[in-house]
Amino acid sequence: MDKLKYFVPSFVFVALVILLWRGLYLDTRTLPSMLIDKPLPTFTLAKVGGEPVSNSDLPDEIFLLNVWGSYCLPCLIEHPTFMRLSEEGEIPVVGINYKDRNELAKDWLDTNGNPFSFSIEDLDGRFGIDLGVYGAPETYLVDAEGVIRYRHVSVLDETVWNQEFLPAIAELEAETN
Amino acid sequence: MIPELGQFSLILAFCLSILLGTLPIIGAARSNMVWMNLARPLAAGIFVFLSISIGILAYAFATDDFSVQIVAAQSNSLLPMHYKLTALWGGHEGSFLLWTFMLSGWMLAVSVFSKSMPIEFVARVLGVLGLLCVAYILFMLATSNPFMRIVPLPPGDGSDLNTALQDFGFIVHPPTLYMGYVGFSVVFAFAIAALLSGRLDAAWARWSRPWANISWAILTIGIALGSWWAYYELGWGGWWAWDPVENPPLITWLLGTALIHSLAVTEKRGVFKSWTVLLAILAFSGSLLGTFITRSGLLTSVHAFASDPTRGVFILAILVIAVGGALLLYAIRAPHMKSEFGFGLVSREIFLLANNVLLVVSAASIFLGTMFPMIYQALTDDLISIGPPYFNAIFGPLMVLLILVLGVGPMSRWKRTSTSYLVQQLAKVAAASIAIGVVLPLLVLFEISFAAIICVVLASWIVLSMAKDLRNKIANKETVSKGLRTLSLSYYGMQIAHIGVAVMLIGVGLTSYFSTERSVLLAPGATVTLGSYAFRFDGSEATQGPNYIADQATFSISKDGNSLGELYPERRIYLATGTPSTEMAIDAGFLRDLFITLGEEKEDGAWTMTVYVKPFVRWIWLGAIFMATGGTLAATDKRYRRLRQRKFARDIAAKEKIESDSLQPASS
Amino acid sequence: MKAFRYLNYISFSLLFILGAASGSIAQVDTFAFDNDVQQQRFRTLSDELRCPMCQNTNLSGSTGGVAEDLRREIHRMILEGMSDRDIERFMFERYGDFIFYRPRLTAQTLLLWFGPLFFLLIGGFVARGIFKRAKEVGDIESKLNEEQKARLNELIGEKQG
Repeated sequence: MDKLKYFVPSFVFVALVILLWRGLYLDTRTLPSMLIDKPLPTFTLAKVGGEPVSNSDLPDEIFLLNVWGSYCLPCLIEHPTFMRLSEEGEIPVVGINYKDRNELAKDWLDTNGNPFSFSIEDLDGRFGIDLGVYGAPETYLVDAEGVIRYRHVSVLDETVWNQEFLPAIAELEAETN
Repeated sequence: MIPELGQFSLILAFCLSILLGTLPIIGAARSNMVWMNLARPLAAGIFVFLSISIGILAYAFATDDFSVQIVAAQSNSLLPMHYKLTALWGGHEGSFLLWTFMLSGWMLAVSVFSKSMPIEFVARVLGVLGLLCVAYILFMLATSNPFMRIVPLPPGDGSDLNTALQDFGFIVHPPTLYMGYVGFSVVFAFAIAALLSGRLDAAWARWSRPWANISWAILTIGIALGSWWAYYELGWGGWWAWDPVENPPLITWLLGTALIHSLAVTEKRGVFKSWTVLLAILAFSGSLLGTFITRSGLLTSVHAFASDPTRGVFILAILVIAVGGALLLYAIRAPHMKSEFGFGLVSREIFLLANNVLLVVSAASIFLGTMFPMIYQALTDDLISIGPPYFNAIFGPLMVLLILVLGVGPMSRWKRTSTSYLVQQLAKVAAASIAIGVVLPLLVLFEISFAAIICVVLASWIVLSMAKDLRNKIANKETVSKGLRTLSLSYYGMQIAHIGVAVMLIGVGLTSYFSTERSVLLAPGATVTLGSYAFRFDGSEATQGPNYIADQATFSISKDGNSLGELYPERRIYLATGTPSTEMAIDAGFLRDLFITLGEEKEDGAWTMTVYVKPFVRWIWLGAIFMATGGTLAATDKRYRRLRQRKFARDIAAKEKIESDSLQPASS
Repeated sequence: MKAFRYLNYISFSLLFILGAASGSIAQVDTFAFDNDVQQQRFRTLSDELRCPMCQNTNLSGSTGGVAEDLRREIHRMILEGMSDRDIERFMFERYGDFIFYRPRLTAQTLLLWFGPLFFLLIGGFVARGIFKRAKEVGDIESKLNEEQKARLNELIGEKQG
C-alpha cells in the first residue's frame, strides 16, 4: 500500500495529458458575447447618409446587425452573402460602419453594393465598445424587441448562415409563436 | 539538390538514433560489451549528421535559396547576413532542428566527459538520449520538415523575418535558452539509467551534479537574455510578462534549482534519493511541456509559432511515452531506493527540504496559472485571463519564504543543528537586514514603498547571512587568505549564486516600485524632465539602414544640469514588408537606465514620446549572471576531477598487478 | 473546413495589422489628468486589463484598435469620477472575465486562488513523509549503536569477570 503513493505522479500526469489533448481542440480566440439576451445599448448617432439615427429607427422584426469597415478585407469576403440576403428580402441587415471615414465608407458601398437598410456611423468606436466589439467583421442577430440573441465573429459566409444563423432564427420564431 | 542532402543527413541521423536507442540499452541489460561500446561512436555519428543537416540549412539561408519553404517564409534578400542565418530559428521547423541539434551536442559532451563512469551506465544514458533523438527526428520528418521545397515555382523573394526578430537578442536568446533547456535531458537520462540499473548511490549523484549545474546555469542565462531582450525591444520597459510561452522555461528553471539542491543532499548524505530522481524527471518534463505549448497552438501568446493540432498531438505522444514511461519506471523502482542516513528535525537536510518544497510549489503554481484558462474553458465554455497580477500575488510570497530559508540553510549543520545556535548567529543579521531595508531606499531614492523595503530587507538578509557564514568558516585559520584558500570552489559557487539572488532581488524590487515615466508631445527644442533628469528634444531627421528607412530623433540628456550625452531613438519602416517599428534609445547605467520611445510625428516636427527612468534594472540580469557563474563554478569543483586522478592511480596499480602476475610462473 | 479556418486566420491577422499589435511598436498616449493619483489609477487599470483583440498583451502595451479606444474610455471615466470598481464593471459588462488579468474570485476560480496553498499543504505532507522515512533509518542506526554498546559492556563484563 505504501508503494502505491509512488504512482501518484503517474496518475496526475495522465489527468494532465487528457486535459492537454482536450485543450488542443478548444478555440481560445473567440470571445463569447456578454450581451446575449440583453437589449441593444442605446445610441444616438448618424447614418452614413447623414440623418440622425437611434434605437427607434431599428427594424421591428428579427434583423442582422453587421459591424464593417471599408478597410476590412474579410468584410469584403462576406459581402456577397449580405447582398443576397438583402436582395432576396430574407432578413433586414443594418450596418455599423465601425471606426471608418464617411467618404471611404460611401465609396465602398457605391463600388461594392449596399446590402444595408442603413449603416450607423460609429466614428470613434464608442458604440462598438458598448457592444463588446473587438474587431470587424462581427454580426449580431437581434430580435423584434431589440434584444441581442446571437453574435458571430469573423466572416459570415453561406455555410455560417446555414449552420449557425438559420437554426437560431428558427428558434426565435418558434418562441414568438 | 543540396537541401535534399540535408534531409538525407537527417534521415541518417534518424537511423543511427534508432540503433543508439536500442542496442546499448539492451547491451547493458545483457552485459554485452560490444553493444554497450557502440553508444559513444553512435552518439558522435548522430552529432556529425545533425551538424551537416543544420549546416546545409544555414547554407540555404545564406544563399537566399527561396525554393526551400522556410527560407521563403522567414528570410529576404535584403536581410543582413547575420539575420539571414539566425532566421533559421525564426520559424517552427528550423528552431526544432536547432533544438534537436542541441540535444546531439549534449550527447556528444556526455560521450566525451564520461570516462570515469562504468560503461553500462554510459550505455543507458546515451541510449535514453538516443531514444529522444528518435522521437524528435521522427517528428520533424513526419510533420515539420525544414527541407520542404516549394515546387514548381519558388518565389522571387522571401516574406522577411518578423521585424521584432531583426535584433541582437534574437541571435543569442534562442540558442542559449535551448542549450540550457535541452541540457536537462541529460540529468533525465542519468535518472532513467539509475532506475534501470536499480542502483542509486553517492557516485551517481556525484556524476549527475556537474551536468545538472551547467544546464541550470545556461538556462539561467537563456531566460535572462530573453528578459533583457524583451525589455529593450518591446518599448515599455517590461522585463517579464508571465506569458504562457515564457512560463515553461521558468517552471523548468525552478524545478532545476530544486534539483541541484536535492542532488547535493543525495551526494553528501545519501537521502532524498527517489525524490531527486522524480525531480530530474519533472524538470525534463518542463522542457518538453514548453515545446508542446509553443508549437501546438494550445495557448495564446505573441511568442507562439503558428498553431497546428497535428503537431500538438505528436508532441503530446512524445510526452506520454517519455514522461509517462519515466514516471511508471519511477513508480516501480523508486520504492527500493533506501535512505542511507537519518537526520533530525532541525538540520541542513530539513532546510534543503523546505527549499525544495517551496521551489516545487512555486513551479506548480505557475503551471496552474498557465494552464488554468484552458481548464476553465474546458469546464465552463467561457474564457478567462490570468496575467501578472495573479502570478505576482502568488510567486512573491513564496519567494519571500524561500529567501528566509536561504539565509538559514548554509549555516546549519548536517544531520542535527542546534536551534539556539542558529538563532544566536542570525538574530543580529536579521536586525541589521531590517535596518538596512528601511533606511537605504529612503536615503538613496527618497521614497517609501513597503514592497521595496521587503525586497531590500531580504537581499540584505542573504548577503549578511552569507558574510557571517564565511566569517565563521575562516575564523579558526591563522590568516584570512589561508582561510579563504581552504574553502572549496563548490562553496564559493554557492556563495556567488546566492549573492546573485540578492542582486536580482534588488533589481526587481527597486525597478518595480521606483520606475517613473512620462508621455509628452514635444516640439523641437523643448525639454521634458523626470526627477533630476532632463531630456531635450533636438529635432528629427530621415535616415536609413540596410533594409529600412527611419526617422531618427536626437535627444540631449542631462542630470542636474550635467550633460550625459545624446540618445537617438528611431521609428523605422522595413522595406520588404512596409512594417513599422520603434527602436528605443537607452542610456544604460549601473544604477539606472534612461530610455526614450518615440510615438508619432505631429505638425511642425513635434513628436509624441515617452521617457523612462528605471533604477537598478540592470541588476536583474546582473543577478542572473552571478547565479550562472556560481552554478558553473560549483560544477568545476576539484572533487570531480580528483576522482579522475584516483581512477588513474587505480588503473596504474591494476596494470602493475597484471604485469607482476604475468611474471609469476603460470599455475594450472 | 480548411477554407473556413483559413478565412478565420486572415480576418484575425487583419485585425492585427489594423491594431498594429506588432511587438516592437510602442504606443504613446498623452492623456492629461488632474493629479498623480488619477495618473496612477490609469496606469494600473491599463496594466491589469487585457486587450480583447491582441495576443496576450495588456491595454498599456497595445497599439491602436480597441486597446486605444478602451484606454480613452478609461481616461474619460476617471475624469468623470468613476471609481475603479465602476470602471471594471463597465469593462466586464462588455467583454466579460477575459478582459481581467487578475481573475475574479468566484466558485470556479477557487481552485486557482487556493491552489498554491493546497500545493504547500501537499508539499508539507510529502516532506513529512521523506523526513519520517529518513528518521526510520536514523532510528535503526541509533538502535544498533545501543545494541553494540550493550554487547560491548557484556564483553567487558566477561573479561573482568
